[in-house]
Amino acid sequence: MNSSLHLWLIPLLPFAGFLINGVLGRRLPKSLVSMVALLAPLASFAVVLNAAKSMTAGLALPHVETFGQWINAGTLHIDFSFALDQLSLIMLLVVTGVGFLIHIYSVGYMHDDEGYARYFSYLNLFLFFMTVLVLAGNALLMFVGWEGVGLASYLLIGFWYQKTTAAGAGKKAFILNRIGDFGFLIGMFLLLANFGTLTFSEIAAKLAANPGWSGGILTALALCLLLGATGKSAQLPLYIWLPDAMEGPTPVSALIHAATMVTAGVYMIARTHPLYDRSPFALSIVAIVGAATAIFAATIALVQTDIKRVLAYSTISQLGYMFLGCGVAAYSAAIFHLMTHAFFKALLFLAAGAVIHGMGGEQDLRKMGGLRKHLPITFWSVTAAVIAIAGIYPFAGFFSKDAILYAAFLQSGSGKVLWFVGLVTALLTSFYMFRLWYLTFMGTSRNPEVHPHESPWSMLGPLVILALLSVGGGWIGIEKFSAYLSPAVGSLSLESSTPHLEIILSALAVTVALLGWLIADRFYRANPETPTKLAASVPAGYNLLANKYWIDEIYGVLIVKPLMALSKFVLEWIVDIAILGGIAWLLGGIAIFTGAILQRWQSGNLRSYAAWLAAGVAALLLLVVVPVLLGSHGIDIKRMGW
Amino acid sequence: MIPLNWYLLLSATLFSLGVVGFLIKRNLITVFMSIELMLNGVNLSFVTFAHQWHLVKGQIFVFFVMVVAAAEAAVGLAIIIAVFRARSTLAVDRIDLMKL
Repeated sequence: MNSSLHLWLIPLLPFAGFLINGVLGRRLPKSLVSMVALLAPLASFAVVLNAAKSMTAGLALPHVETFGQWINAGTLHIDFSFALDQLSLIMLLVVTGVGFLIHIYSVGYMHDDEGYARYFSYLNLFLFFMTVLVLAGNALLMFVGWEGVGLASYLLIGFWYQKTTAAGAGKKAFILNRIGDFGFLIGMFLLLANFGTLTFSEIAAKLAANPGWSGGILTALALCLLLGATGKSAQLPLYIWLPDAMEGPTPVSALIHAATMVTAGVYMIARTHPLYDRSPFALSIVAIVGAATAIFAATIALVQTDIKRVLAYSTISQLGYMFLGCGVAAYSAAIFHLMTHAFFKALLFLAAGAVIHGMGGEQDLRKMGGLRKHLPITFWSVTAAVIAIAGIYPFAGFFSKDAILYAAFLQSGSGKVLWFVGLVTALLTSFYMFRLWYLTFMGTSRNPEVHPHESPWSMLGPLVILALLSVGGGWIGIEKFSAYLSPAVGSLSLESSTPHLEIILSALAVTVALLGWLIADRFYRANPETPTKLAASVPAGYNLLANKYWIDEIYGVLIVKPLMALSKFVLEWIVDIAILGGIAWLLGGIAIFTGAILQRWQSGNLRSYAAWLAAGVAALLLLVVVPVLLGSHGIDIKRMGW
Repeated sequence: MIPLNWYLLLSATLFSLGVVGFLIKRNLITVFMSIELMLNGVNLSFVTFAHQWHLVKGQIFVFFVMVVAAAEAAVGLAIIIAVFRARSTLAVDRIDLMKL
């Protein structure tokens, strides 16, 4: 007998925080606002920990708690049900744990902002929706969370709405996510049509009961869901909103656009993995999208000069790794990377925030340098994160990235190509991360007017904790991790006929990472003029990367402009002139036309009035008298069909 | 005794004469007299039926009609005089505006 874990508390506590701070926050003192904002995720985290504890105490998973019926129409039954299994538990730990750390950090970072209470109410709202998304036992409830995190993301990207760029970035994120959500919706309709249910466990059970069912409609379904995932997780071709999302406050970038929300797509694919397992074609598309995004975004990150944009493209690239992992059916490896990535990327963003804070708002890498002496704690935590993301043993990123690459290598068919793309991406990743590291912390300051200062402890504390996690977060190892996750996402077989293959590949990956470091060292420490020379020698290539392959511009010309023109045409000509103007003219025309006819009656001529009156009386008389007369002669007009 | 039909025929003839006069005459006074003729045609049938059925209601109605006709004559003649003063004519076809 399972006792209730009160899963509903996990989302509702942040929601309460959102309500309190959203409604009363402006009138409450700042200390009270921070207390409410911090207690909510902390309490959620405690509930999650309690759930984790009862799991180790032998709680049967998946543990489903239903809080009532939502939709009950014909054969369609949808409940408010939360499902806790190994997968959602990991996600919850990441979301509430990292979320709590980022809340602490935000207290320091946002301290002087006017919208302090508004900021925290949005942040709590985000946690509410994110935990709903993760806990949802069916696709519709997940969709609620899915849309909700999109809303929270929109609100937080446009947090400084007075800046037009921020407001525009919020809109861009929201609209691009709409495209993905469209795919998710179609996927849900297909699920309903073919499975008659949206509950994940029932879908899995139906698939298990029909072992021969594969391809066809399942491929269509998986591809629709993939479209949803590419929107939320910023994959090709819908990734362009994420770099712009950096307009929001930096802790938001860390929480939403690095650690949690953008990984929702990966989570969704892992959650619906029984579908993908039956569709090799859809899986290979996932892998290709992931690998292409990984290398594509990594190349852009090579030349970006805004510290947050480098990290944004790096996030897209790392999400590509996770998709690659999903695409080779190594879901546990993808989730493993999701977890470690949440640690080191949140750390990198928070550290970037600390750097920007310390530099007085400067985000340009070219104007930094030499910060190692001024921001020692930030420096050491970034170092841990950089080594982790580069994938150097024994930091967290090594274990998870290695697991994905290894799983890709073992995949028959195109696996070797995917592995190679991943390896090249690892080289690029290592290079651009160490580039960032050198430009920010090493050398001497390139902007002597600024006097950087270390951040308060409310900001440094989370950095240190996340740094420890970036170092040790992967030590559990993929074998144990995938064994733990296997009830939820299927087991991962990493057996190979070649002996020592794993060790060889790992050594290769680490070598590549060190090579990236070496190149960055040559470029940015030993010969600082090399990058400029290199850029000048291949201007076409450099411009292509610096302008992000002109993807924004291409989308602008191919999609945005025609759509805008069409919308403008529809609004101005069809809605405004044809419909609204048409109705006005029609009403006016009817009045004028009938007026022109009725006017003739009202001639003012007394005798014509009298004539009409007499004619009316005569007509009435006929109507009354004629039937009576006819009736008296035995003719019944009613029978004659009058 | 004179049959009922004859009374009714006379009444209808009077009423029809009134209608025709109302429609074709152009002098306002004549039009006014035609109206009186119609009223009296109706009065005649009221009285006829009252006599026929030995009921007093018809006669009372006739008195009402007479009172109303008297009031109408007073107001109507006043209007006619006012119109004549303003327009110097009583031809109905030329009095076709709402204002004097």
